[in-house]
Amino acid sequence: MPEKITRPLVELTNIKKTFNVGSVNEALLFEDFNFSVEKGQFISIVGSNGSGKTTLLNLICGSLMPDGGSILLDGLDITKMPEYKRSAYVGRVFQDPSMGACPHLTILENMALADNKGKRYDLRPGVSKKRVEWYRQQLEMLHLGLEDKINMPVGLLSGGQRQALALLIATLTPIRLLILDEHTAALDPKSSENVMELTDRFVREKKLTAVMVTHNLRYAVDYGDRLVMMHKGTTVKDVSYHEKDGCSVDDLLKIFNEISIECGN
Amino acid sequence: MALGLIETVFREGFIYALMAMGVLITYKILDFPDLSVDGTFPLGACVAAALITLGVNPWLVCIAAFLAGACMGSVTGLLHVKLGITDLLSGILVMTASWSVNLIITGGTAIFQFFNLPTIFNSGIASALPDALYAHRQLIIVFFLAVIVKLTLDGFLKTKSGLLLRAGGDNSRFVTSLGHHPGHVKILGLAIGNGCTALAGCVLAQLNENADVNAGKGMVVMALAAVIIGTGAFRRLSFLKLTTMAVFGAILYKACLQAALLLGLPSTYLKLLMAVLLTVSIVSQKIGRKGGAANA
Repeated sequence: MPEKITRPLVELTNIKKTFNVGSVNEALLFEDFNFSVEKGQFISIVGSNGSGKTTLLNLICGSLMPDGGSILLDGLDITKMPEYKRSAYVGRVFQDPSMGACPHLTILENMALADNKGKRYDLRPGVSKKRVEWYRQQLEMLHLGLEDKINMPVGLLSGGQRQALALLIATLTPIRLLILDEHTAALDPKSSENVMELTDRFVREKKLTAVMVTHNLRYAVDYGDRLVMMHKGTTVKDVSYHEKDGCSVDDLLKIFNEISIECGN
Repeated sequence: MALGLIETVFREGFIYALMAMGVLITYKILDFPDLSVDGTFPLGACVAAALITLGVNPWLVCIAAFLAGACMGSVTGLLHVKLGITDLLSGILVMTASWSVNLIITGGTAIFQFFNLPTIFNSGIASALPDALYAHRQLIIVFFLAVIVKLTLDGFLKTKSGLLLRAGGDNSRFVTSLGHHPGHVKILGLAIGNGCTALAGCVLAQLNENADVNAGKGMVVMALAAVIIGTGAFRRLSFLKLTTMAVFGAILYKACLQAALLLGLPSTYLKLLMAVLLTVSIVSQKIGRKGGAANA
């Protein structure tokens, strides 16, 4: 596209990924996969199981390494960078609410740890007293009353509370990219709605670039400014904000069905 | 006689508490079953024997023993983290290798004696104690050592590094997301754990004025039992710190052993009893948990 001035924030080029290489279960997922994320975009990715959505997130985060191709983040080649180093730039919220924080540590301790992300973890006091008030203010934004429970172990919170906290923790320090890995899938409808609204607010207020994988087609249509549908390691639909206006859940379901028919299901 | 026995229980309890607090870090906080403890305990003793014979200040010897143990613990961690060897096997490898390391330090003798040389129990602070307390100097010194180590560990666990260590045992993915290698946190924990263990070995050697290369047999079992008994028996007392529970556990454990011997159990059966005690404490903790869940 000629009108593009700046480089995309994330560029995946000619990605190859095969699972279980050398075994009878060898499965080629990405043969020559290309994908880019523009700065400031909020992308929703949908697709059936095995379509490569989560693998895509894992490749960006470094939980999986590609067999070939390159991954650039803000122009920096991160193809071979280990996951923990990429974490300095990337925040991630998982499907499982227990992944986003430490259950035995208190809310305060978890937030203090997150606040120090990417810096040295040395012998200075773990929880800085000066920051407690700021942590409280951050927690107030969740509207869950967690600011009054800062000394409670995270393990005692409900799934919805934990996921909201995980979202806050993932975005507490400035990050370049927020990865949302089916982060509402394990929650009840009300918590799920709440977390999704929070996500939208954080992405807007903190001006984040976000990639969200979801099985909830309505979320995919209602939230974000770009919608991608994946199938068997390729993108079968990729619509931007303006085109998305005319896109409904029914349209998406129709495509899902067409794909299923193609596959002979 | 009864008082003397109680003093023995507390004296040995506080020494083994040093090790129990170390194992608390690896087993309870990091969830790492560290078998290298069987090797690092006598390592501390051998370092003590070698350095005290050379005339090094006995308190400096304690620090040296801690550092030697920390190095050996790091090796366990490196084997596990960098070479991908399982946690149990990494510990076994270090435990086996330490046998030779300890013999090299003692110059090939299995029992290295160093009678009548300055130790933490007969020089410096100990000799400055008033006469009335001098008879109990061993108990007083091990008590203060245990308190110092406990307070230091408590303080450490509240630092940024300590919080990250606790996070590592709780949710290693979270450590990754904070931009740190979870393996490095494990190595740090193993270093501290084994440092404490070697310190315990060093103190015991100074008390006995000899270092026994075989002193490590069953230390893992003993330390685990102390930690499990301590954290299990006192878990309802939420105001107690984990380190305090480990100290109490070590004393309780020693009391159990002493009681069994007092009731006429031949010392041949001691290791058997140690294994039984650990088994009972693990099983009773499991039953306790089930009961708790049923009540909830």
